[in-house]
Amino acid sequence: MADTFEIQDLRVNIEEKQILKGVNLVVRKGEVHALMGPNGSGKSTLANAILGHPKYTVTGGKVLMKGENILEMETDERARKGLFLAFQYPCEVPGVRQSNFLRLACNARTGHEMEVTEFYQKLEEKMKVLDIDEKFMKRYLNEGFSGGEKKRNEILQMMMLEPEFAVMDETDSGLDIDALKVVSRGVNELRGPNLGILIITHYERILRYINPDFVHILVDGKIVKSGGPEVAAHLEEHGYDWIVKEPEPGAVSAKR
Amino acid sequence: MSNVATDQILGGAYKEGFHDDLKSVHKVPKGPTHAVIDYMCDVKGEPDWMRQFRHRSLDLFLKQDLPAWMPGLRDIDYDAITYYMSPIDKSANKWEDVPEEIRRTYDKLGIAKEEQKLLGGLGAQIDSEMAYHNIQESLSKRGVIFLSCDEGMKQYPDIFKEHFAKSIPPEDNKFAALNSAFWSGGSFVYVPKGVKCDVPLSVYFRINAEQFGQFERTLIICEDDSFCHYVEGCSAPVYTTHSVHAAVVEIFVKDRARCRYTTIQNWSTDVYNLVTKRAFLYKNAVMEWVDGNLGSKRTVKYPSCYMVGEGAHGEILSLASADKGMWQDAGAKLVFFAPNCTGRINSKSISGHGGRASYRGLVQVNEEAKNCRVQVNCDALILDPVSRSDTYPVMEIDGDLATIEHEASVSNVSEEQLFYLMSRGIKKEDAVSMIVNGFIEPIVKELPMEFAVEINRLINLQMEGSVG
Repeated sequence: MADTFEIQDLRVNIEEKQILKGVNLVVRKGEVHALMGPNGSGKSTLANAILGHPKYTVTGGKVLMKGENILEMETDERARKGLFLAFQYPCEVPGVRQSNFLRLACNARTGHEMEVTEFYQKLEEKMKVLDIDEKFMKRYLNEGFSGGEKKRNEILQMMMLEPEFAVMDETDSGLDIDALKVVSRGVNELRGPNLGILIITHYERILRYINPDFVHILVDGKIVKSGGPEVAAHLEEHGYDWIVKEPEPGAVSAKR
Repeated sequence: MSNVATDQILGGAYKEGFHDDLKSVHKVPKGPTHAVIDYMCDVKGEPDWMRQFRHRSLDLFLKQDLPAWMPGLRDIDYDAITYYMSPIDKSANKWEDVPEEIRRTYDKLGIAKEEQKLLGGLGAQIDSEMAYHNIQESLSKRGVIFLSCDEGMKQYPDIFKEHFAKSIPPEDNKFAALNSAFWSGGSFVYVPKGVKCDVPLSVYFRINAEQFGQFERTLIICEDDSFCHYVEGCSAPVYTTHSVHAAVVEIFVKDRARCRYTTIQNWSTDVYNLVTKRAFLYKNAVMEWVDGNLGSKRTVKYPSCYMVGEGAHGEILSLASADKGMWQDAGAKLVFFAPNCTGRINSKSISGHGGRASYRGLVQVNEEAKNCRVQVNCDALILDPVSRSDTYPVMEIDGDLATIEHEASVSNVSEEQLFYLMSRGIKKEDAVSMIVNGFIEPIVKELPMEFAVEINRLINLQMEGSVG
């Protein structure tokens, strides 16, 4: 219980439209799960709903982190409890310096004021792993960053905040192969018994660098297939058509 | 958030809202009359030309109507205002010589004596008169003059007369006429050729009296190749009645000189702040207005650069924060009379709790001003649905080969930004304050450190609870 992140029968609407139709998923600490699915299947909805984006309305189900239903909490509280979302499209916040933002976030996460030297030491170390230039810290949060820089920044934040559970929403999209390798290096460094990761992706590519323990396939708001890494390999070969056309018995909602 | 809670927050935010019971040495009957002018001239021992100038200005004021575009000022009751009042008899140049009760006022405002150590000069005006004016010896030795405007007229009549009312004559507008009639206090700054004042000259204006009119007059002359940075701050007590602050600031930036004028205006919401500020820029001169408006009931102020010499550069950074009960009609004017000049306006406004912020700007390129370049940015941030922002840009371009860029944006604190920051564990109110402070950062970073800190503090207090 204490080491699990559990999504139970989660149902989510955007405005009146139901996007997630009962998602079940358990991620334990130490595990890396991949959630794959075609466009429009509800992958990003899942990521945003878990963190409580105001645009998404949860109409049913629970999300339990270490046994606590986080859906009752504000977004910032969920984050302080150890949940992290690496955004697909990290937004720009002009005039807010990277370093100030990161310090505030770290202090919020740990609940105490971090020593300045300790903070910068840690930051430098993590930046090295991600090949991030030190000038970066003087820039404003994501402002004018390239797609690759933004994604690296997400991983940097993840490394600094040391979450217990992380959701990575299409971190690989828009990255060239070199950037993907760097980002994966960061994630692999974080990987370990204290972190559970859910990687959301359209393509199998990122999974060659971050090997998942489990792979799930989301179609039309429901997980229709779960298995080991071989599921991703199969998907790579055959595309999503085989699943969409020939769903496994019992995988499709009885309501359809 | 209920109004009561908002009031509590705002009441707490305005820490300068106290008043002290000071005994008046000089006080005239209420109302804008010629008798008041005669009293002032007698007390101050002014030359005849100034007496005539004042009387003529009062006639202009009484005759002149408000511009049609300037709404919201009709309810000023000019007859209820006292036009000259002073708790002191003369200005001191030693802090110890400032009367103790006035020193106490300034201590409460944090204008402690220590502060002047960081400054090239410090001035402090209370109601109509300057209580204190002092300049570092190193600067005065190099010929820099920093006096109250009245003393400037007395001690340097030639320089004074050559420049006084030359960029802003009383005919300019109703409030310039009002100031010209009743002006008192303010600063007279003269920087000789080639002298660079590397530390700022700073002045603090305080209204203590009720239903009062403060009309300080500032005249700054930067001779060729010189530099100076003049910084002013202001505040007033919270009363239930209104006061008027109608200042006139005239600046002459001669060839290749540079002047920066920084204002942090934090009047209480009883004060009508109606200020005319204008700089004349000669050949290759640089003028920078950094204008922060955080208080007052109503501000009408558009710092202006008149490019009269070739290659001049005028720059105006304007920051307006309109909270409950405020209407900031701020902006800027760039007027080009000479070729190859450049100008830039960067305006940022925030409105919250039902406040209203307007940007009013004029870019005028006259026919003789060929090949001029202008860049205007104005961004507005509206914090809640009851607040308002307007933009009134006017461009009149007659000069050839002018390059004009104008960009404007109006935004709210975006849901996406809030979500992003909160997803990192940052509380909502801290996230809002980060976004708002980030919005004004391009201007705040131009301010002296202690002002930047103070602005961030004020804005955080003002904006508390305004994003629902």
